[in-house]
Amino acid sequence: MASVSVCQYHSGGFSFENCKRNALLEADINKLGFSSPAARKTGTTICGVVYKDGVVLGADTRATEGMVVADKNCSKIHYISPNIYCCGAGTAADTEMTTQIISSNLELHSLSTGRLPRVTTANRMLKQMLFRYQGYIGAALVLGGVDCNGPHLYSIYPHGSTDKLPYVTMGSGSLAAMAVFEDRYRPNMEEEEAKRLVRDAIAAGIFNDLGSGSNIDLCVITKGNVDYLRPHDMANKKGVREDKVYGRPVTGSYRYKHGTTGVLTKAVTPLNLEVVEESVQTMDTS
Amino acid sequence: MFISHNFEMDSFSQNPEFTIHSFFTFLDTSIMAVEFEGGVVIGADSRTTTGAYIANRVTDKLTPIHERIFCCRSGSAADTQAIADAVTYQLGFHSIELDEAPLVQTAASLFRDMCYRYREELMAGIIVAGWDPRRGGQVYTVPVGGMMTRQPVSVGGSGSSYIYGYVDSNYRAGMSKEECLKFTAEALTLAMERDGSSGGVVRLAVISEQGVERQVILGNQLPKFSTV
Repeated sequence: MASVSVCQYHSGGFSFENCKRNALLEADINKLGFSSPAARKTGTTICGVVYKDGVVLGADTRATEGMVVADKNCSKIHYISPNIYCCGAGTAADTEMTTQIISSNLELHSLSTGRLPRVTTANRMLKQMLFRYQGYIGAALVLGGVDCNGPHLYSIYPHGSTDKLPYVTMGSGSLAAMAVFEDRYRPNMEEEEAKRLVRDAIAAGIFNDLGSGSNIDLCVITKGNVDYLRPHDMANKKGVREDKVYGRPVTGSYRYKHGTTGVLTKAVTPLNLEVVEESVQTMDTS
Repeated sequence: MFISHNFEMDSFSQNPEFTIHSFFTFLDTSIMAVEFEGGVVIGADSRTTTGAYIANRVTDKLTPIHERIFCCRSGSAADTQAIADAVTYQLGFHSIELDEAPLVQTAASLFRDMCYRYREELMAGIIVAGWDPRRGGQVYTVPVGGMMTRQPVSVGGSGSSYIYGYVDSNYRAGMSKEECLKFTAEALTLAMERDGSSGGVVRLAVISEQGVERQVILGNQLPKFSTV
């Protein structure tokens, strides 16, 4: 968009100068053939559903650094307040810090008002902060909780737009999870059905998306009670090395038993060695 | 219609690390507002996209700014939500100061001031519509760039390109409320039919002295035109 404008330095607001500098540095480094360190992302499948008595939030537990799994069992469901929890996808550090900052501010706000915080308040705070940073904070969140107005579920995008819906999914595995939701969601489900639905949605993300994996965490929030189920389902338990294969012992040791190789002939040759010279040097141990 | 600032638009299926947050959420849209004697009719589709994925298929793009003033949002979802929240606050404060209902023109001016001042950073096309006691039903359009003008009928969003002909040829001054509702529903249906970024349901609202009546037309209840 071309525009005629007098170049004026902004006096207030956030300065994005460093972002431009970082982009230039990245280009320079790539030209030299190196690659800048990759931020740890959470790949991820996260989702949430509103059911009869509250909300169920779900998340996988894989954190990736490029193409390597950095953490096989990380926790993506973050505490915001006793009645509000938030799942985070995107850059791991961003989701962690953002949720902690809002949790802290919300606690102060709650002490000031003397009331249990509302989910819409947390939503407002998160969206206004993310919009202020114009998408540079890579945090895509699923915020859910129960307050005086009932259960609420929001999806919050890194640029600061939010949607209030009965079921949401986010992250690289969100399409797989949404397919499960679109098939089986009904309004006013019972708790067990809702938990099964969320578990299956996350499982769809885990098994069909490379960025998601390991276990399934669930968080069930109702009025006055939170069940933080970690892990709810160990879908990818590490295998145990077998002790016997076809009846024969298979161990990690590579020592063979005496007699494994048959001895055909044995010849012993004594070497007569004479002591020619012997000298002793004492060590100075003072 | 995509403007990439510093992000690269990753190919959807090729990159296994693809996370949706590398795209913007857009309200590439069809929105519309029509004045009639005694109020306004506003309408919008319900699709929000991130790239080729529909992030929300039941979006409500008709946002209340005040009791009898609404805005229809198109463009970047984050930008329009932030602007609408800011203007709602400013207008509410102004209304309390005046101790009377605010004018639709005031609301439109607030939108215009914000959209023009931050025109380089924002991507927002907004139609402000409502009813006030002084001038009745009014529609003001504030497109990308920050212009503001009053129009008897206004369309916006990516789907609007496909229905300018329909709107220009079918609009008559002095339509009744029911005729306006039918006109809006049909125009939006046609836009949704042809524009990939518009779809879902049609949300309508009538704003008049009596208040606000909202309705939803689901996908299978939309008016039918000849299928080719």
